[in-house]
Amino acid sequence: MTDADIIVVGAGPAGSCAAIAAARSGKRVVLIERGPFPGSKNMYGGVIYPRILDELIPHWFETAPIQRWVVRRSTMVLSDTGALNIDYRSNAWGQAPYNGATAYRPDFDNWLAQQAVAAGADLICSTTVTGLLRDDQGRVCGVSTDRPDGDLTASVVIACDGVNSFLAKQAGLYPTADADNYTLGVKETLSLSKHIIDERFGVRDNQGVDIEILGGTSGVNGGGFIYTNLDTIAVGVVLKLSKLSAQKKRPEDIIAELKRHPAIAPLVEGGQVVEYSAHLIPEAGLEMMPKMVADGLLIAGDAAALCLAAGIWLEGVNFAMASGMYAGQSASAAINANNVSANSLKSYTDRLNKTFVLQDHKKLRKIPHLVLSDRIQHKYPAFVTGVVERMFRVDNPTPKPGVRRIVSQERKKAGIKLSELVRDALTGLKGFG
Amino acid sequence: MTIWPDISFQDRIDTSEFRIHERAHITVNDDSCRGCTTRECVVACPANLFVPTSDGGILFNYENCYECGTCYLVCNKEGAITWTYPEGGFGIVFHRT
Repeated sequence: MTDADIIVVGAGPAGSCAAIAAARSGKRVVLIERGPFPGSKNMYGGVIYPRILDELIPHWFETAPIQRWVVRRSTMVLSDTGALNIDYRSNAWGQAPYNGATAYRPDFDNWLAQQAVAAGADLICSTTVTGLLRDDQGRVCGVSTDRPDGDLTASVVIACDGVNSFLAKQAGLYPTADADNYTLGVKETLSLSKHIIDERFGVRDNQGVDIEILGGTSGVNGGGFIYTNLDTIAVGVVLKLSKLSAQKKRPEDIIAELKRHPAIAPLVEGGQVVEYSAHLIPEAGLEMMPKMVADGLLIAGDAAALCLAAGIWLEGVNFAMASGMYAGQSASAAINANNVSANSLKSYTDRLNKTFVLQDHKKLRKIPHLVLSDRIQHKYPAFVTGVVERMFRVDNPTPKPGVRRIVSQERKKAGIKLSELVRDALTGLKGFG
Repeated sequence: MTIWPDISFQDRIDTSEFRIHERAHITVNDDSCRGCTTRECVVACPANLFVPTSDGGILFNYENCYECGTCYLVCNKEGAITWTYPEGGFGIVFHRT
């Protein structure tokens, strides 16, 4: 008899949803977390889209520890001195069925893990999984941990051990890790009074704002973000690893420069840093995804690179929760069928293929690399802001130039060839589907 | 003009909670680092834990590590950085992230 039917490694959004789904179907589930509490190792760049929880936790919004509901979603393009902001507001997003929310991950992830405990899973914290156990046929049959006599056996292991997933690597499911596929996210949480945040960002009560930024990263390929919590705001940058080291710029200096930008400074002014944090992001989507199934083993969440970094869409927690849920359900079904081979567990990837989890990734497969490409990063912000600057600047007595002429002149000034502009526009149109 | 409070690097790191275990979960092979001219880790580590020494080596402090994985990914010297997670319950503990 095994110690558990299913061992889930990592009590982040993927692991907890896997544990909830598996425990609900009557399985003995052990959920192992290396931090002192779930969420203690986790940070992100700001918005959770929790609608996928409708299936697992009806009325989740009544108990989830949400900071603010995002009712303003902005995409900002920064040049050295200018800023173009496309800002959409919908107060309906602040009411059921809701859209996006900001939350502190240690609160949110802990809450989600407690739902797994309520469903019957055993949560073991402060325990680092050190490797996979295999039976004499080479099938995964449990995990080793850093506890004395800490080996635990199970029919299926679900690895939700995050972006570095040493379990997926140990199982040989990842090709060699390539720094080009990852970005580093660094973030400051700044304290400001709720009143100041409400006034500065034009929101009330628990309404919140999420601003995603192209440009403003000191010439290192990446992006920036600002979002509101109840009485803190978060400001951070996401930086392509290979470019960061090549450019000889330090992450905290890049945040400092972003905060000094004339469009950003008034938003963050007076905010005291109350917590600094850093985390890796699996950025390259489909291009970097590992095999997610082996005999007795499933991979979900960041561990499977299920994080969508597609420019105007930046999502991860929802992909983690969904993939975790499907992994928990498939593992349970395989155990019921008395067959936990890779072939039987494949219902997991079938499910991912049929839902947004892999369909979004397939649709947007070219976008992560396009958004982080040198031309989009280093030439387009100046081009786009240059065009808007010229359109809205009134140079009387000189009459207005035509828009086409402005576009053509600014394109040349930014060093973009017409053929490149056409190609990028087509890639973008095709890529965004 | 300073429009928000300046913060030193140490003060920045001190805003994060680290529960430090006596075992170094990351070790650096100084011999490999001596021949390295690019030193990606020194620039990229968000906690600034890789410090070049005057004799051409690299000094590494594991205590304030965010456990992000940047260093082993940017390092191009096979075997220079040995990376594991800290003991369960130790290392970085986030609260408002």
